[in-house]
Amino acid sequence: MRLLEWEAKEIFRDYGIPIPNGRITSDPMEAREIAEEIGGPVVVKAQIPVGGRGKAGGVRFAETAEEAYEVAKTLIGGEVRGVKVERVLVEEKMDIQRELYLGVVIDRGSRSYTVLATSEGGMEIEEVAARTPEKIIRMTIDPVEGFRVHHARWMVKQIGLIGRDLLRGSDILLRLYRIAVEMDAELTEINPLALTSRGLIAVDARLNIDDNALFRHQTLLERFGESELLDLTEREREARKLGLTYVELDGDIGIIGNGAGLTMATLDTVQLYGGKPANFLDLGGGAPADRVEMAVSFLLADPRVRAIFINILGGITRCDEVARGIIAAREKTGVEKPMVVRMIGTQEEEGRRLLEEAGIHCLDSMEEAAERVVSLLGR
Amino acid sequence: MVRFVDAETRVVVQGITGKQGRFHTKLMLEYGTKIVAGVTPGKGGDSVEGVPVYDTVAEALDRHRIDASIIFVPAPYAPDAVYEALDAGLDPIVVITEGIPIRDTMEFVARARKSDITIIGPNTPGVIKVGECKLGIMPARVFTRGKVGIISRSGTLTYEIADHISRIGLGESTCVGLGGDPITGLDFIDALRWFEEDPQTDAVVLIGEIGGDAEERAAEFIAEGGFTKPAVAYIAGRTAIPGKRMGHAGAIIQGERGTARSKIEALESAEVPVAEKPSDVARILKGLLS
Repeated sequence: MRLLEWEAKEIFRDYGIPIPNGRITSDPMEAREIAEEIGGPVVVKAQIPVGGRGKAGGVRFAETAEEAYEVAKTLIGGEVRGVKVERVLVEEKMDIQRELYLGVVIDRGSRSYTVLATSEGGMEIEEVAARTPEKIIRMTIDPVEGFRVHHARWMVKQIGLIGRDLLRGSDILLRLYRIAVEMDAELTEINPLALTSRGLIAVDARLNIDDNALFRHQTLLERFGESELLDLTEREREARKLGLTYVELDGDIGIIGNGAGLTMATLDTVQLYGGKPANFLDLGGGAPADRVEMAVSFLLADPRVRAIFINILGGITRCDEVARGIIAAREKTGVEKPMVVRMIGTQEEEGRRLLEEAGIHCLDSMEEAAERVVSLLGR
Repeated sequence: MVRFVDAETRVVVQGITGKQGRFHTKLMLEYGTKIVAGVTPGKGGDSVEGVPVYDTVAEALDRHRIDASIIFVPAPYAPDAVYEALDAGLDPIVVITEGIPIRDTMEFVARARKSDITIIGPNTPGVIKVGECKLGIMPARVFTRGKVGIISRSGTLTYEIADHISRIGLGESTCVGLGGDPITGLDFIDALRWFEEDPQTDAVVLIGEIGGDAEERAAEFIAEGGFTKPAVAYIAGRTAIPGKRMGHAGAIIQGERGTARSKIEALESAEVPVAEKPSDVARILKGLLS
């Protein structure tokens, strides 16, 4: 779950990390009120779940409340980087002397959190890594030992903080690490952490939560559950409601597989033969007939899908259950689309018999089946 | 040191009374796996498929000699089951459970590595020594005894490729699923080290997918001479789009990193042939081994 900037900032505030004064709104009139309350130059920031907002015009400055209203009016309802803007964050404009970066990310290689800091804040950390990798200070944290105060002090010292700022900076970094651990973050960043006349302030915030850990962050879901869906297309949202593991792609061949790896390999193989997959849909392990029916019906209802390829390798998934699901979907929706089924493994004979009776031919090899489905569409 | 399984491995099933635990205990016993005990807190005294059930791993250990554990406990409770197995010194510990938070995995994997205990998974089909011991949920029928080792991040794709390797007459020695999560107990390099020393393995198949850089690091390890037997790879997710999770929690391209292209290029530059289609793996292997 990727939190929006304002949501991440609320968490930051809960944890005592200083953030600019401001509020979220979906109404340009209210944007004017917020700017009036702030009483000076403000920044109006589109709240969208994609990076590179600033360059795309999603972050605008306004000298007066009237200007804030105008800017909010253009942003709200418009699009930034192809994403519709529903809300903006109106914040005081900070007098930034220096821009720093602090982050905590999961490093898959070392199987631990890595804490990152650089004096080159304000641009994407990947860009800093490409341009001036020597300016990134990193520390791999032993998950058992944790991250200590002296580690944080050492790190912020390396990026040039001294005196009171060193103490404040290390305090912020420790709090950021605590957020990572306690909120199950996959990534959390302050970029930039601005050095201002009022001290260090988190001007932008990122916080991505591990989806597998959401069961222990119910309040987070209640507070910010909606924005999680902003990342998804309409079809993906529907699929999510049905509990299907589905990713929309831009082709015309609907794909269903069991197991993530096999389903990905199915997409790749279809593409190799010149076809274009319309989606990724993984049934997971041991899908019963009604789940298969739901998945097939979902693709039958998608007007972009001109043919369906179902690829099943039965282990804990039973081929007879899959066959029943396919047949039920065709009968209940009444939609006919060319279908290619490759199915081997548990209860294969029974599954094939059921499908043959329903006039659906079953293939043994996924390559052969991929070739067949592509040729059905005349490519 | 990485430890897998063989005919002598004696096993406890944690979470044996659940639907999955029960079902797979039966299949593992049919395969010949020596399951000597099961654990489900609150169900001590029951039995599943003739296997006695205990409330705790410690009690099971009082009554039986046990080497390894396989865990079917639901995600919120699985980490504690792992610690229970770690405290009992069981090795390896196979974590079948899908959906464990990354932070929990990070912590128990760090603990295990400090104690030199092998964790396979989470979110893995498990490990099989063909013809001797199946500690996992893989369908037995796709495997035949032979000389090819398999290391994989994906379940069904492993079965697909193993099926071809069996049909072409090569067969498999040991097959291990690393797991589909972003962080797992083992990576390709750990497993490659084991297969390098395994006298029953003549060649290895690496089945990777998008996300992370485990395949790239494995390629580097092979290029530096860490693994000297023939190897063939398959990478799933050539058509995946960045930023979208493709089923597995770990299968996601973040920024420029973790693409199939980068993995394929790394492996090819380490002179590991990368198959275009799953069925090509067996054909390439046959060529390399003849």
